[in-house]
Amino acid sequence: MKDSYDGPILEIDSLSISFFTRLREIPAVMDFSVRVMPGEAVGLVGESGCGKSTVALGVMQDLGKNGRIVGGSIKFKGRDLNEMSQEELRKIRGSEIAMIYQEPMASLNPAMKIGKQLMEVPMIHRGASEKDAYDRALQVVTDVKLPDPARILDSYPHQLSGGQQQRIVIAMALMAEPSLLILDEPTTALDVTVEAAVVQLVKELGQKYGTSMLFISHNLGLVLETCDRLCVMYSGEAVERGSIKDVFDEMQHPYTQALFRSIPLPGADKNARPLRAIPGNFPLPHERPNGCNFGPRCDYFEAGRCDAGDIKMFDVPGNEHHATRCLRFQEIDWHAEMDTGHGAEKPEPGRVVLKMDNLKKYYEVAANALFGKRGDTKVVKANETLSFEARESETLAIVGESGCGKSTFAKVLMGLETATDGQILLDNRNIESTPIEARDTQTVADVQMVFQNPFDTLNPSMTVGRQIIRALEVFGVGNNDAERRERMLQLLDLVKLPRAFAERMPRQLSGGQKQRVGIARAFAGNARIVVADEPVSALDVSVQAAVTDLLMEIQREQKTTLLFISHDLSIVRYLSDRVMVMYLGHVVELGTTDQVFAPPYHPYTEALLSAVPIADTRVTKKTIVLEGDIPSAMNPPSGCPFQTRCRWKSQVPGGLCEKDVPPMRQLGGGHQIKCHLSEQHLASMEPVIQIAAE
Amino acid sequence: MAFFLLRRIGTMLLTALCLTFIVFWLTNLAPNLEKLAKNQGNVRMTDEQVASFLQDRGYAQPLPLKYAQWLGVAPGWVIEGRDGTTRSRCNGVLENGVPPENARSFCGVLQGDWGYSTVFQDGVGSIIATRLGLTGKLMFWVMMVMVPGALIIGVLAGMREGSRTDRTLSTVSIITTATPEYVSGVVFIAVFASTAFGLRWFNGSATSAMEDATFENFTLPVMTIALYGMGYIARMTRASMAEVMTAQYIRTARLKGVSFPNIVMKHALRNALIAPFTVIMLQFPWLLNGVVIVETLFNYKGFGWTLVQAAGNNDIELLLGVSVVSVFVVLITQLISDIGYVYLNPRISVS
Repeated sequence: MKDSYDGPILEIDSLSISFFTRLREIPAVMDFSVRVMPGEAVGLVGESGCGKSTVALGVMQDLGKNGRIVGGSIKFKGRDLNEMSQEELRKIRGSEIAMIYQEPMASLNPAMKIGKQLMEVPMIHRGASEKDAYDRALQVVTDVKLPDPARILDSYPHQLSGGQQQRIVIAMALMAEPSLLILDEPTTALDVTVEAAVVQLVKELGQKYGTSMLFISHNLGLVLETCDRLCVMYSGEAVERGSIKDVFDEMQHPYTQALFRSIPLPGADKNARPLRAIPGNFPLPHERPNGCNFGPRCDYFEAGRCDAGDIKMFDVPGNEHHATRCLRFQEIDWHAEMDTGHGAEKPEPGRVVLKMDNLKKYYEVAANALFGKRGDTKVVKANETLSFEARESETLAIVGESGCGKSTFAKVLMGLETATDGQILLDNRNIESTPIEARDTQTVADVQMVFQNPFDTLNPSMTVGRQIIRALEVFGVGNNDAERRERMLQLLDLVKLPRAFAERMPRQLSGGQKQRVGIARAFAGNARIVVADEPVSALDVSVQAAVTDLLMEIQREQKTTLLFISHDLSIVRYLSDRVMVMYLGHVVELGTTDQVFAPPYHPYTEALLSAVPIADTRVTKKTIVLEGDIPSAMNPPSGCPFQTRCRWKSQVPGGLCEKDVPPMRQLGGGHQIKCHLSEQHLASMEPVIQIAAE
Repeated sequence: MAFFLLRRIGTMLLTALCLTFIVFWLTNLAPNLEKLAKNQGNVRMTDEQVASFLQDRGYAQPLPLKYAQWLGVAPGWVIEGRDGTTRSRCNGVLENGVPPENARSFCGVLQGDWGYSTVFQDGVGSIIATRLGLTGKLMFWVMMVMVPGALIIGVLAGMREGSRTDRTLSTVSIITTATPEYVSGVVFIAVFASTAFGLRWFNGSATSAMEDATFENFTLPVMTIALYGMGYIARMTRASMAEVMTAQYIRTARLKGVSFPNIVMKHALRNALIAPFTVIMLQFPWLLNGVVIVETLFNYKGFGWTLVQAAGNNDIELLLGVSVVSVFVVLITQLISDIGYVYLNPRISVS
C-alpha cells in the first residue's frame, strides 16, 4: 500500500543500549540482533529485566533522558532509525511502526474520548479530514470486533472493560495500517479467556493487513501460538534465535532448556516429575559475570572456558536460521532426560478439616452513591451456594477469572468478611460468622494466607526476621524472645532462605525471596489451612517453579491443607489434587484434577482450558473463543450464570438455561458439574488438549 | 445533577446558619454588649444604666430569640423603655407607643433587612453591596492576572521537568509565594511609588481606583495579591503537569506521532488541570480574607477594609452581614469548583 519495499521490515544489528546514571553506565541490551521479514511475527521472550522492552523502546527511539543507543544499528525498511531527525521519526511513529502496550488503561488518555484518540492518528499522518478519520475509526473499531462501535467511539476509556480497552489500543495501532507492530506484553493484564480472544484477534488482523509483528512476552505458550520465529533473551543478550520449531524442539542453549523445564507442561506431575527451578538469581545489570551471563546458574558450566570472555552467537550447523550463544552447544546431549531428583510419595489425603456448606456472601451496594441509603440498593452476589470439603494434606485449586468470587471466598474464610448465609466448618466448629477480631488465636494461626503480590505485603520498614517474630508473637508461639528467634530461624530454613536474611530489609530481597518470607510468615503458627491467592503469578517463570515446589514440600511435611487460588490452569494441573472451577460466584465444576481436565467438562471449563497457552509443540488444542465479557455481578444473567457466553446453550431444549440455575449434578467419583446439558451431550465432548504421539 | 445541586444548596444554607449563629453568639457576649452601650450612650454609664440601655434596645432578650429576630423568623421586639420611650426593632422609636398601621412586625435578613451599622451610620445592606462591588473589581483583576499567569508558568515548567526553564520558573514561583503580601506590598510601594528609587511609575494609594481604576492606581494592589497566589498555583500546576508528562498515555501519544506542542495542549493539559483547579477555586475565599491586608495597605475601601472596621468597633449587625456574605461566597465557589471538576474529569460523575 505505501511503498514497494520488499527487504526485511526491521533489521536490528548488534544493538547495544545503555542507561546512564550518575554512578555508572548500565548496559541494558548488548550485541542484540534480530530481523523481521514482511508479514512475519517474531517473538521476544525472556524474564523481567532481560531487556526485551528496552529493545522495543529502542526501535521506537524513545529511551527517555538516560537511555542511549551506544552501538549497532536499527534499520527500518533499510533506513537507519538512529540517524533520523525527530521530525522524520515522528512521521514514522504511529504510521509505519505502531506499538501496543501492557496496561491498556494506563495507555489511553483518561480525559479524551476514544473516538478522538483514534481519529488523531490519520489526522496527523495523512491530513485526513475529521469526517474521513471518523469513518476510518468506525471501521477499525468494527475490525477489532467491538460491539456498537459508534457508542464506543463516544465513550471515555474508563467506561470500557479491560479487554475492550486493549482492543481499542490495538485499533489505535492499526489506524494507519503500519508495516510493523510492536506488542509489549499485550495480554499480561488480562484474564485468560480475554487473552485468548485478543491473541486470536491479533493473529487475524496480522494476516488481514499483512503486518509484521515483534511480539514481546514472558509466556512461551503465547509465543508458540502467535509467532513464526523467536528470540530468547537473558540478561540483556539474545541467547538463542530460531524458528518456533527449532527452539521448542531442538533447543541449543542451556537457558532455554532450563526455562522449559521450569514451566508446567501437560504430563508434569508434582510427585513423579517435579518442575526444576533455575538455581540462583538473575544477575543485576551492573553485576553481570564475565563471559557467559548464564554461567553461574548453568548446569553445563565449565570454569576457565565459559567465563573467559565475551561469547558470540554461533550458527547451529545445518540450520542457518538457528543460532545460539553457547560455547558448548555441540557437546551437550540435548536429549538427555532431565535429572528429576528424588520422586516423592504422593501423600494420602487425611480427614476432612474444612467444610463449606451452602456458603453465600452478598454485598449490598447503594444504587445511587450520592444519596446513600435512600435509593434502592442492589445486591452483588459475590458467592452463591458454595459447598465443598477440603482434607488434610490436600491441595484444592480454586480456578476462575477476575470477578468470579474467589477472593471474596478467601476473605470470608479468613474472617475479613462474614458470610451472608450457609456455614464454614473448621474441625466441625462454625466460623462463618466470626470476624477475625473475634477469632481465638489458634483459629487465626490455623487459617493463614499467602498473598498475590509479595512486593506490597511486607512492611518496608521492618527487617524480615522482625516481621516473622511479630507473627510468632501474635500467634502466641514461644515463651520468650529467644525461643521465638530460634523458631524464626527455623522458619527461614523451612523456606530455604539463608539465616542471614533475618537482618535484611524487604527492599533488599528479590520477588521470589519476598514470597518465601510471606510463606514463612503464613506457616509461623503451624497453619493447617493455607489459602494461597495467586502466590506465583507476580513472579518470573523460573522463580515460580521454585516457590511452587517449596509450597508442595512444606505441605508434604506439615500435612497442610492448601487452597490454591489461581487462574493459571497449567500450574493448577501440575500441583492440585482437586479442582474447583468458579464463574460469577457459582461453583460450576468440582472434581479431582483428572476429572476436571478430561471430558465431560462444564462448558466454561472447556473454554478456559482451550484459552490456556501451552508451550509444547506436540499439543493440539481446540479453539473455543468466548464472546463478550464476563457479565457484571451487579446484574447477573437470568438462569445459568454462563448462558450468555456458552456455546452449548442451543443444545439444551426449552430455553432452560435462561430460566433456571442448573442444579449441581453428580457424575460419579465426586465429580460435580452445574449444567443443564444432557448425558449424551456431556458424553460427546472431546478432549480440548491432546498430546500428539511422539 | 438537579439533585446534586439541591443537596449542595441545602448544605450551604445549613452551614451559613451555623456560622452566623456562632458569630451572633460571640458578638452578643456580655462584655461586647457593655462596650457597645458605652460607645453609643455614654462612656461613664453606671452598670445599672448599661443594663437598662441594653434592656430598652432589646439586647437583654434570650440569645435564641434575638437570633430568630435577626433572621426574621420571629416578630421584632417592641419594648416600652424605662425612660418612657417605646422602641421597636423594625420601626425605630415609636412616637405614640404603638407601631403605625401597615408596619412590618418581622424584619430580619430573610425580609432583606440587614440592620443598621453603628460605625458607618448606614444600612448594612447598602454598605455590603458597595464594598463587595469594590472588592469584586479588585478580585476580578487579580484573577485575570494570577490564573493565566500561574497556569502558563506551571505548564511551561512542568512539561520538561528538570530543564533550565523549569528550574528558573520554579525558583521564581517559590520566591513569590514565600513573600507575604505585607512585605511585597511595602517593597512595591517603596520601589515603584516612592522617591527612594525614583521610579514613580504607579500610585502608592488605590483610593482613587475605587471611583476610576487606571493602570497607575490599580497595578500595585493587584500585583501584590496576584504574585503571592501565582507562585502557589504555579507550583501545583507544575507538579501535576510533570506527573502527567510521565504517564503512559503521553508515551502512547508520542509514539503515535503527535508533535510535542500538541501533546502538551491536547493530551496533557486537561489532565494536568484537574488538581490545580480545586486550588484555584480555593483562592476565592482566600482572596476575600487576603484582601484585608492589601486593602488596608493601599487604603482601598473594600470588603476587607469594612471587615476590619466592623470588627474593631464591635459593629454587630455589620459583622453578621459580612460573615453571611463570606459564607455564601466560599460555598458558592466550592459548588462551582465541584461542578467544574466533574466537567474536567470524566471519571467523576455526579448523577
